[in-house]
Amino acid sequence: MYTDCILGKDYFYQVIEKIAGLIEEKRDYLTELDAAIGDADHGFNLSIGFREVLKKMPEWKDKDIKGFFRSVGMTLLGKVGGAAGPLYGSFFMKFGEPGSGKDEVTFQELFEMFKQGVEAVEQRGKAILGEKTMVDALRPALNAFEKAMKENLEAKQVMEAFVDAARQGAEATIDMIAKKGRAMRLGERSRGHLDPGAASSTMILEVFLDCFPF
Amino acid sequence: MRRLLNDPYDVVEEMLEGFCRAHSEHVHLYEDDGRVVVSNLAPVKNKVGVIIGGGSGHEPLFLGYVGENFADAAVIGNINTSPSPESCYNAVKAVDAGRGCIYLYGNYAGDVMNFDMGAEMAAEDGIRVETVTITDDVYSSENIADRRGVAGDFFVFKAAAAKAAMGADLDEVVAAAKKANDNTRSMGVALSSATHPATGRAMFELAEGDMEIGMGIHGEPGVRRGKLQNADKVVDEIMSYILPDLPFEAGDEVAVLVNSLGATPLMDLHICYRRVAQILDEKKIKIYSSLVGPYATTMDMFGMSITLMKLDSELKELLDYPCNAPYYVKK
Repeated sequence: MYTDCILGKDYFYQVIEKIAGLIEEKRDYLTELDAAIGDADHGFNLSIGFREVLKKMPEWKDKDIKGFFRSVGMTLLGKVGGAAGPLYGSFFMKFGEPGSGKDEVTFQELFEMFKQGVEAVEQRGKAILGEKTMVDALRPALNAFEKAMKENLEAKQVMEAFVDAARQGAEATIDMIAKKGRAMRLGERSRGHLDPGAASSTMILEVFLDCFPF
Repeated sequence: MRRLLNDPYDVVEEMLEGFCRAHSEHVHLYEDDGRVVVSNLAPVKNKVGVIIGGGSGHEPLFLGYVGENFADAAVIGNINTSPSPESCYNAVKAVDAGRGCIYLYGNYAGDVMNFDMGAEMAAEDGIRVETVTITDDVYSSENIADRRGVAGDFFVFKAAAAKAAMGADLDEVVAAAKKANDNTRSMGVALSSATHPATGRAMFELAEGDMEIGMGIHGEPGVRRGKLQNADKVVDEIMSYILPDLPFEAGDEVAVLVNSLGATPLMDLHICYRRVAQILDEKKIKIYSSLVGPYATTMDMFGMSITLMKLDSELKELLDYPCNAPYYVKK
């Protein structure tokens, strides 16, 4: 299964380029989400990081997949700051690991990449499901990916299930009370708002589907 | 918007450029990292390195307190955003004199993640870095360990830095910082939002003529929102939360800090201070020393916070220890 589904470096470059564009486009939307329960800078800080990624990307053309995502992660880590910097930085740094020494990966390896990335976010943020964080989008998405593969759905359908689960997970944060980050201090008043981290991570996963070549 | 800015993406770098030019007798930017403000005296021989830091937008907090016998370096993040792990690590490289370093910062999730990663990187180099997070904001949580740090940062930085300047080892500096933090309590009132330089808009909504007691310095919600009241009533309400929290009791000696959140004038601060002093007199709590002014701000936010630190002979000695930094001099 999935033996024909090989993803090359060009796919990953395209994904990162598109994410950078999307973050720029949605900067004020993400910042407004953050203004409701955080400190009104999520979109702005991500845009600082992805602007730098876009600027440096041409220098990373010759790197293997691991090296490319390590550079993406280190750049976000260095430029974004806050909680989003370490979380997205760790996500991309670990995401690339299974691509060590490779210019292309299998679909199975793509799953492994997401798995390592999501686990890195969970560890760094010490967050679990239901705490109104990006984990509420990422964890269900990863679980859906695994389930859809077990059901032998076609690669494209797996990616759709993956993104659908992220969307539903993000949506579900609206009714949650925050248990992590700055919104934690809001208690009951955090209810009724979409978590900005869950929103931005869903946007990022959507790009992996939009660019998916199969 | 009533701010004097250029490109919002350049605010932090332009501020740092100006700051280091204006205060070049005290500080410079670390050559390998434009987000680390270093004392011209660092690394100070045989001294534990004192590193403070956090997001921009709270000036003079962090960078203003780098100097002789005060912090050795400040690590600077984006607006309201913690600095990066690499900058936290670079600060260690800039100031470590072989006796280890202490990280001191307000207790926020982002800061904890980034500074912890910085400490992990330093540990790989064999440099020991300890951390004390500041948790003075009374209303931010029932559980003290979850509380955030606000203007009380100043007292904790001062005490720990003085201890380091006296030649104490890292464990002793950590103990002094913890003791200072354990004895410090703050609470504030916001009368307006600050303007975020990137969006040019208010960071949160607070209608003209309203106030929020207990609000955090990034606009985190407080006890209650209501119509603006007079200075004495506002001070009375804030003190009614601070005093029983430690508690501060008859016979105690305290240092007082009445702090502007940026836009509130010294006139108003002194009117508030007067009421704080009256209350402390009534409670037979002795004022040992006082500070009134902008020490930890949120850019152009209107509002004020009150910080009390309960003193013993050691903490008095640490607060009184001479220091010379751009925004605080003790002779």
